[in-house]
Amino acid sequence: MEYIIIVLSAILVNNIVLAQFLGLCPFFGVSNKISTAAGMGGAVMFVMTIAAIVTYMISHFILIPFDLIYLRTITYILVISSLVQMVEIILKKVSPPLYQALGIFLPLMTTNCAILGVAILVIQQEHTLMSGVVFAIAHAIGFTLALVILAGIREQLELVNVPRGMQGNPIILIAAGLLALAFMGFAGIV
Amino acid sequence: MNQAKNFTKGFIRENPVFILMLGLCPALGTTTSAFNGLGMGLATMFVVIMSNIVVSLIKNFVPNKVRIPCYIVIIASFVTIVDLVMAGYMPALHEQLGLFIPLIVVNCFVLGRAEAFASKNTLISSIIDGSGMGLGFTLALTLLGAAREIFGSYALFGFQFIPADGMLVFILAPGAFIALGYLIALANKLNK
Repeated sequence: MEYIIIVLSAILVNNIVLAQFLGLCPFFGVSNKISTAAGMGGAVMFVMTIAAIVTYMISHFILIPFDLIYLRTITYILVISSLVQMVEIILKKVSPPLYQALGIFLPLMTTNCAILGVAILVIQQEHTLMSGVVFAIAHAIGFTLALVILAGIREQLELVNVPRGMQGNPIILIAAGLLALAFMGFAGIV
Repeated sequence: MNQAKNFTKGFIRENPVFILMLGLCPALGTTTSAFNGLGMGLATMFVVIMSNIVVSLIKNFVPNKVRIPCYIVIIASFVTIVDLVMAGYMPALHEQLGLFIPLIVVNCFVLGRAEAFASKNTLISSIIDGSGMGLGFTLALTLLGAAREIFGSYALFGFQFIPADGMLVFILAPGAFIALGYLIALANKLNK
C-alpha cells in the first residue's frame, strides 16, 4: 500500500517535471519526436535507479557514519558522472543493441538535474533502500510520461499556425504550462 | 574583445534563461516571488564568477580529456560553500530554495560558461564574463519572480499593492511555465 502511494504521487501528483521542475533541459531539449522522447525516458529510468541505489549506499555506509554529510553534493555528482561513464562502457560491451538505442542520451545524463535531485530527495525524505528504489523508478516513469506527452503535443504544434511572436520556445512553454495545469487535477487522489 | 560588450551580452542578447534556455530548473522552480528569484540568482552568480576564475587560472594545467570532471568538482566545491553559508546566515531563504541550492552544480549554464568561455580566455575577461552572465541570470530570475508575484499575490518584494487574493495559478507550477513563455516572447521581440 505504501508503495502504491509513492508510485501514484511520484507519477501523477508530484510529477518530477511538471510539479517539481527537475530535468527541464532534456524536457525541452529532446521532446521533438515521440521516439527520441521515449529513448531518453528509458535511459533516465536506467541511470536514475542505479544512481539512487549507489548514492543511498554511500550515504548510509560512508557519509553518515563518518559525519561527512557536508560533502554530499561533491560526492554525489562525482559518483553520478563516473556511474554514467561506467554504465556506458558496460552497455557497449554487454548489450550493443541497448547501447545503440540509448545512444547520445547516456552522456547527457550527468548534467540532468533530475538524477541528482532524486538521489538527494531519497536521502532527505528518509526512504529505506527498497522504497528508495520504488521512488526512483516511479519518478523516472513520471519523467517519461511528461516527456512523451509533450513530444506528442509538439508534433501536433508543427501543423498549426502559431502567432509570429509566440513561435518557437514561447508556445512550447505555454503548452507545458497547460500540461502542468492538467496534471494539477490529480492533486486530490493521494 | 571589447570588454563592455563582453559584460553586457548576458543581459538581453545572450541571456541564459530567455535566449539560450539554460538553467531552467532553478529559473522555474524557485521564482515564486521576486525575492526568492533574486536570492537564487545571486547564489548562482557567485558560483559562476568563482568557478570562472578558478577554471581560467588552471586551464593550462588540466589535461583535455579530464577537464569536464575537473570543472564539475570545482563548481561543486563552490556550491557547497554557498549551501553552508546560506544555511548558516539566511536559514529562511535556504529553506525556500531547498533542493535547488545543491542542484546549482548541475545547472548547465554554470558548466557552460566554464567550458565555453573561461577555459579559453584570460582571467580578467573570464571574471567580466561571469559577472555579466551571472547578472543576466539574476535579472531573468528576478523578472520572472516579480511577474509571478505581481499576478499571483498582487505584491512586489513582499509589498502588497492591491489588498486581495491574487491569481493563485501564477504561484503554482503551471504559472511558472506560462509566465516564462510570455517573457521569452517579449525578449525575442526586444532582440530583433
